[in-house]
Amino acid sequence: MVLDPLPLQVFAEYFPNGIGRYAVGGLFVGLGAGIIYLGTGISAGASTFLESTLSYASGRSRFQQYVSSRDWRVVFAASIVAGAAIYSLTLGDGFRYSTDVQVWRLFVGGILVGVGTRVGKGCTSGHGICGVGSASRTSLVGVATFLLVAIGVAQLVAAIGVSP
Amino acid sequence: MADTDRHPLFMPLIALGGLVFGFGLGFSHMARPEVVLDFLQFEDIGLLFVMFGGALVSGTAYFLAPKLLDGPALTNRRFERRLKSFDNNVLVGGAVFGVGWGLSGICPGAAYASLGVGNLPILWAIAGMFIGAYAQGLWRSRDDASDASPAGTD
Repeated sequence: MVLDPLPLQVFAEYFPNGIGRYAVGGLFVGLGAGIIYLGTGISAGASTFLESTLSYASGRSRFQQYVSSRDWRVVFAASIVAGAAIYSLTLGDGFRYSTDVQVWRLFVGGILVGVGTRVGKGCTSGHGICGVGSASRTSLVGVATFLLVAIGVAQLVAAIGVSP
Repeated sequence: MADTDRHPLFMPLIALGGLVFGFGLGFSHMARPEVVLDFLQFEDIGLLFVMFGGALVSGTAYFLAPKLLDGPALTNRRFERRLKSFDNNVLVGGAVFGVGWGLSGICPGAAYASLGVGNLPILWAIAGMFIGAYAQGLWRSRDDASDASPAGTD
């Protein structure tokens, strides 16, 4: 692990796992988006894959508008899975991680994420990485909105005793 | 969208970018819903470094590319910032996404990466995301006359 700078040790309570893991991981996430942007001019977000992939199964115009980008979005999403698998098999715990978060939370949360990212024009990668990187005011407002609401909901769910 | 004029290396580059992106999500442990929930409950706020570190690196690319390069080598696009128009949908959709993220600890990119670190229960979340995306598509296709808005790339 990367050594943490001294000032952060003062706030160690808020960084029980240090910052190295997060900072290095974040650099790779930004680098991945940067590689695609430099080569293609595309701002690669992860949530449009949901709608663009549905265009294979549905003729609705809402989904068909993504036909021209759906093939590379499938490649992008599959590569994200593969990239995480490479981490897991080399530096991680060998493909053995499994979440304890309850299935109903994953499923209901997933539905809301599916609706919200599509209505709200982006997710943590589209708005958060590419949009904030573009200094887009819309994305900054979008990130502030979902971050504040998510903090409130997570605190509320924990407060009423749902765990994990 | 003028994506037809693609270089043979277009797909390999998308794949390389996705691999690096997914590796980062795995390395940062953001692919673990528990870690995201700890962050949202202020028990481990290191995840801030993933979002802002990532935005800083991609922001450097967005800032420098138009200044140093004529255009992307693999498409006939131009280097443009990712700018979306602002309207109430950004707030409403952002809030709905926030409820889902706060409830489950998962977001789209991290969910795909979670599958890559072996987390099979995440398939429930991914199934949910497709159902949600489909439901909003049906809902918004009702008044199809106004559905001719330009496609976005995010």
